[in-house]
Amino acid sequence: MSVASTAGDVTLSVNGVSKYFGGVRAVDDVSVDIPTGDIFSIIGPNGAGKTSLVNMISGFYTPNTGSIVFNGEDITERRPNERAQRGIARTFQNIALFAGMNVLENLMLGRHIHMKSNLLSACVYWGPNQREEVRHRARCEEIIDFLKLNDLRKQSTGALAYGFQKRVELGRALALEPTLLLLDEPMAGMNSEEKEDMARYILDVNEQLGTTIILIEHDMGVVMDISTHIAVLDQGTKIAEGTPAEIQANPAVIAAYLGTSH
Amino acid sequence: MDMCAVWYFVETTINGALIGLMYALIALGFVLIYKSTDAINFAQGQFVMISGVMVAALAADYGVPVVFGVIIALVFMIGFNVMLERIVLRPMIGRPVVAIIMATIGLAAFLEGLFPMIFGATTRALDLGIPNDPIIVGQVYLTPINVVGGAVALAFFGVFSIFFMKSRKGVALRAVADSHQVSMAMGINVERYFVLAWSMAGVVAVLGGLLWGSAIGVDNTLAVVGLKVFPVVILGGLESIVGAIVGGVIVGVIEAWGGTYIDPAMTQPWFREFFPFEGGGTKDFLPYLLMIVVLFFKPYGLFGKVIIERV
Repeated sequence: MSVASTAGDVTLSVNGVSKYFGGVRAVDDVSVDIPTGDIFSIIGPNGAGKTSLVNMISGFYTPNTGSIVFNGEDITERRPNERAQRGIARTFQNIALFAGMNVLENLMLGRHIHMKSNLLSACVYWGPNQREEVRHRARCEEIIDFLKLNDLRKQSTGALAYGFQKRVELGRALALEPTLLLLDEPMAGMNSEEKEDMARYILDVNEQLGTTIILIEHDMGVVMDISTHIAVLDQGTKIAEGTPAEIQANPAVIAAYLGTSH
Repeated sequence: MDMCAVWYFVETTINGALIGLMYALIALGFVLIYKSTDAINFAQGQFVMISGVMVAALAADYGVPVVFGVIIALVFMIGFNVMLERIVLRPMIGRPVVAIIMATIGLAAFLEGLFPMIFGATTRALDLGIPNDPIIVGQVYLTPINVVGGAVALAFFGVFSIFFMKSRKGVALRAVADSHQVSMAMGINVERYFVLAWSMAGVVAVLGGLLWGSAIGVDNTLAVVGLKVFPVVILGGLESIVGAIVGGVIVGVIEAWGGTYIDPAMTQPWFREFFPFEGGGTKDFLPYLLMIVVLFFKPYGLFGKVIIERV
């Protein structure tokens, strides 16, 4: 059933991780290898453990068993901020932009880990600091161009339409220049036009920036269209893994998921 | 209308507002910690007290110049707060808020006993070399310590806003205050910013201790100033720095009006007929009365973040 990963490298490998909340096995002995350059979708019914798995990858949960290896380094014990510094970025299921900051400030915050100036040297604006600021601003402008947020640069994020907020959140994650990007339901609550835009951006990020992407999404149409590989979770365990075509033909998946929800 | 009375009213209001800025300075320490770490710190007044006591005792008993005393107090308070965050509060992350409140109340009682034990309970003067003669502007007489206190507080707020708006650490601290989780996902070491927030609260406490100590003298009752923090921050909103300033000024002005107009009125014969008790002391409870009234209409304070929970 499971597909041997393509000939290329593996960016992330999740080895037999479990997460228990009291008696509830949110994630139970799941292993997946994410090939470099993939758009790897994780699907499953509500409560299947998708977000728990992403939280373990980004470091918000510590697994009860198993290990997580990123680019050959065991990061199971690493804290979320340390994982971000190693190149894992994420967006959240609910919009989690910094309120009271404008679009550009939110993106600049994503540059935080790449900035070197400290409080004392930052008091002197010119010289190396100015060059640093200009460099980071330039990077943010590239992202703004990329996501077509040009007109909204100085807008306060609270006032933006939902689809734009999601886009800014994607942009903030991109500002970290991640090699692995975790997208937790980036299209939830969007209309079909916004979904199409978002799918386009995800493909662009993957192709143009070469970022490996892990995607949690409920819209099967989008998932089947843009994923390279798909893993299916049900009640905390992995029941299938493969290409979109394989998943669509898999009887266990149809029974557990597609068959019941459609 | 009698011009003298008008000038007197202006004078009372300005002096009250200046004192209010000094309250705001202490409230700032409280707001900083609440905003960035979610901890409610009932010991901020005690921090102010111990810094004041340290500087005054070092000067009076050991002949340490005030400047060095201030440096020692700064180093001590920052060190103390960093240790406090590391040893007491960090293990309590994720525990109920009540547990953190009880810990800081315990800490307040402990500090209030410990410092008189070390330095003695006598009231000392804290002389910053600020003259006592009133500053006269037109017909308005201003108390120099209030003017200096208000100016220092304003200058500090200015530096503070620049720090929060412009510096990388300040922006990161705002992000941490907004959401610990998202900040971590952005690669921000949240604990390091907790330490920064507590250190800044320590610096604010030393400033407050100096200004208040030199205004009203230093002994362990200086901590009472910390109680005024509550009407100030509840008026302004627990997580708003602007709110702390506005709340501070309102409390200062209300207090001044109470002391100048309501207290003397209560000793008048016509008042005694209705209310046959000793008058006075309204300035001490008016801020709290106002706080209760504001809570009726704006439960999150004037500038507080309105939290809408979807159930």
